[in-house]
Amino acid sequence: MSTISREEVARLAGLARIDLSDSELTRLAGELDVIVQAVAQVSAVATDDVPATSHPLPLTNVMRPDVVTDPLPVADAVAAAPAAEGDRFAVPQILEED
Amino acid sequence: MAADLTRRSAADLATALQAGEVSSVEVTQAHLDRIAAVDPLVHAFLYVSAEQALDTARRVDARRAAGEDLHPLAGVPVAVKDVVVTKGIPSTAGSRILEGWIPPYDATLVERLKAAGMPILGKTNMDEFAMGSSTEHSAYGNTHNPWDLDRIPGGSGGGSAAAVAAFEAPLAIGTDTGGSIRQPAAVTGTVGTKPTYGGVSRYGLIAMASSLDQAGPVTRTVFDAAMLHAVIGGHDPRDSTSLSDPLPDLVGAARLGATGDLTGLRIGVVHELNGEGYQSGVRARFDEALDLLRGAGATVVEVGCPSFTSALAAYYLIMPSEASSNLARFDGMRFGLRVEPVDGPVTAERVMAATRGAGFGDEVKRRVILGTYALSAGYYDAYYGSAQKVRTLIQRDFAAAFAQADVLVSPTAPTTAFKLGEKLDDPMAMYLNDVATIPANLAGVPGISVPAGLDAGLPVGFQVLAPARADDRLYRVGAALEALLEAQWGAPLLTQAPELEVTR
Repeated sequence: MSTISREEVARLAGLARIDLSDSELTRLAGELDVIVQAVAQVSAVATDDVPATSHPLPLTNVMRPDVVTDPLPVADAVAAAPAAEGDRFAVPQILEED
Repeated sequence: MAADLTRRSAADLATALQAGEVSSVEVTQAHLDRIAAVDPLVHAFLYVSAEQALDTARRVDARRAAGEDLHPLAGVPVAVKDVVVTKGIPSTAGSRILEGWIPPYDATLVERLKAAGMPILGKTNMDEFAMGSSTEHSAYGNTHNPWDLDRIPGGSGGGSAAAVAAFEAPLAIGTDTGGSIRQPAAVTGTVGTKPTYGGVSRYGLIAMASSLDQAGPVTRTVFDAAMLHAVIGGHDPRDSTSLSDPLPDLVGAARLGATGDLTGLRIGVVHELNGEGYQSGVRARFDEALDLLRGAGATVVEVGCPSFTSALAAYYLIMPSEASSNLARFDGMRFGLRVEPVDGPVTAERVMAATRGAGFGDEVKRRVILGTYALSAGYYDAYYGSAQKVRTLIQRDFAAAFAQADVLVSPTAPTTAFKLGEKLDDPMAMYLNDVATIPANLAGVPGISVPAGLDAGLPVGFQVLAPARADDRLYRVGAALEALLEAQWGAPLLTQAPELEVTR
């Protein structure tokens, strides 16, 4: 199995939207390499004829009566926001342009 | 009087409350006093909700005085792990990213505690987002094992286990994704149950790995665990994975087990969850417990579950993959921490990365990045896909084993409590603590840990696993073992724990 380089950790951190310091990148690269080598054995035991299981006790077609219930009040929902204006969440600009 | 109240089981307190021998305010205040006296040493609690607890207690006392028909546990206080949301009471899941967050709603299990009239003493410490086996990954400091304050209380629910072990609460709620109820129970000499997946609603649990997470009781006696499980369990339409089946008679099973008669019961010893890697004293206590169960009329057979040797590997792919997805909600937009980047444009994406970089601790970063790797293009089939296949193999092993035995047993954890800091620099060594508890989560089956004695003065846990939906068997076998062991010891194991120095 491939080893995880510092550059690979930086790429993954970008995908996961987590800023990491230089020392964190170096440390994580070493740690993840050890962990990935330990867990890679799963591909050896999982042969083609074994189906995958995503859920321990599968349930299908979970339904509930189509009854209107009270949602969370808007004031409660925005009360814990880092920033809000009226009944809306205030967020930074979405696109990186002027 | 006050000291005596904190030593009593929840069942005893419930009886005394019903008989009017003591009030809920007295019981609740006794536990709040105990928290004030010993929590500076133990640090089981992140938040103590004294006012709310006493308010609930006063209302229960008034309703009882008015002759109302109350739940048997009405007035008995409970502590709740901080990963469970509580309306109006801070809930951080042990993370900086949720510091000071006050949820606008209650988890279903909290609603059920409140409906039963149980005062909530506070929120217990845990590894950040339940990621850990020692509670050392909490952003708010370590919890100390009441048996030896230099040692870990287990994790992730070390706070709940330490709280009941230190007599700060008669009952507590935990959550178990890979052993976070059972392993802390084992190393603190307490009882902890992971119910069948879907047996207790996940609505209002701050999710780590949704296909594995399950809440359950943390107590000092098997009977108390059955009673608390019965309060919080059962179908909830707000959790689409909640089982619609009625709960089995858990309390009745505990009562039956306490007679100490297991005639006709078939017990399977899991070959793969014993032997190499298990501390010799842990194995000795396990073997002695087996002898007692045999003496009570049970038949003991050995069962093989060959795929269990891959369970840890599969778990450390499935859990981080699900966690990396679940934790995407911590984006600094709607709740919790928001950090702006030091320089450059302040865009949503960069705020999210800065917030998560500052708000997540080391273990959370490690697992989110591991999960991102396992799910990324080119690796998905080899890692996540293969791990899901291993999950199928583990389920098949359980099915075959349960054809030969009514319950399966093993030591709960391979070692007793280790020293704080001992495994912090070696993530793989830390992960191995859950080797015996993880298979149950992958298959969705229920498990309990019951105290089995001491090794060099530290508690050892005995794990019982049952088929899905047969949680009652855990309580029957657990209560029998507890009764047989306590007959030998002459008292509950926790009476052998050192007295904590009380700070005043």
